[in-house]
Amino acid sequence: MFGLFKRKEKQPLSAASLPIEQEGQTMSDNPVNDRIQAAIDSSDVMLFMKGTPMFPQCGFSAATVQALAMAGVKFGSVNVLEDMEIREGIKSFSNWPTIPQLYVKGEFVGGCDIVREMHENGELQELFDEKGVERETA
Amino acid sequence: MAMDLAEIERLIKEGIPDAKVHIEDLRGDGDHYAAYVVSPAFEGLNRVKQHQMVYAALQGKMGNELHALALQTDVPGAAD
Repeated sequence: MFGLFKRKEKQPLSAASLPIEQEGQTMSDNPVNDRIQAAIDSSDVMLFMKGTPMFPQCGFSAATVQALAMAGVKFGSVNVLEDMEIREGIKSFSNWPTIPQLYVKGEFVGGCDIVREMHENGELQELFDEKGVERETA
Repeated sequence: MAMDLAEIERLIKEGIPDAKVHIEDLRGDGDHYAAYVVSPAFEGLNRVKQHQMVYAALQGKMGNELHALALQTDVPGAAD
C-alpha cells in the first residue's frame, strides 16, 4: 500500500531558547559570568543587591530599591550575600567595584549614586519608557 | 578599615590629572565620603564610564578599604 505516508511529528525546538541551569556544564570559560548573564537575561530590570527588596541589608541597596519602586517598575533581584561567587564575580563582570548594580534590558545602568541621580532628575523614568519597560504610576 | 580624605583626593588627581575634586567626610568617621569630581576628561563619556575612571584612579580601593564613596561626576561648565 502506498499513500499512507507517515510523517514524524516534529517537536518545535523550544528548549534551545530557554535559559536552563545546568550544573557542571559551562557555556564559556567562566561559569560565574554565565550565571550572571543568565540572571540579567531573566528579567528586563535586574538588581544585584545586598538582601532582598523586602529586607535590604545595606543602605545603598535600600535606596536603589526605593528608586525602582517609585519609578513603578517590576524588577528581579539577586541577593549577593547568599552567593559569594556572584558577589565577587559581578564586580569584574560590570567593571564596577560596588553593589548594588542595576541592569535594564541587559545593559548596565549603574550603582546607587547613578540610579539615585537618575531618579531625581527624571532620567530613570525616561530610560524605562525608552526601553519599553512597563511602569505602574501611582 | 578606613581611608584618609587627602589620600582619596591624591589618588583621584593622580589618575585624572586635570580633575577638580571636592570631598566631604559625611559622618566624620573617615569611612563615608562623598566626592564631586569635575574633569574635561569626562567629556563625551556616559556617567558609568566617568565613574569607572574615578574607580580606576582609586586602584581597587573602592569597595575595599574605601567602603562608601558617593560619587558625582561632571564636565567643566555643566550645571553645578
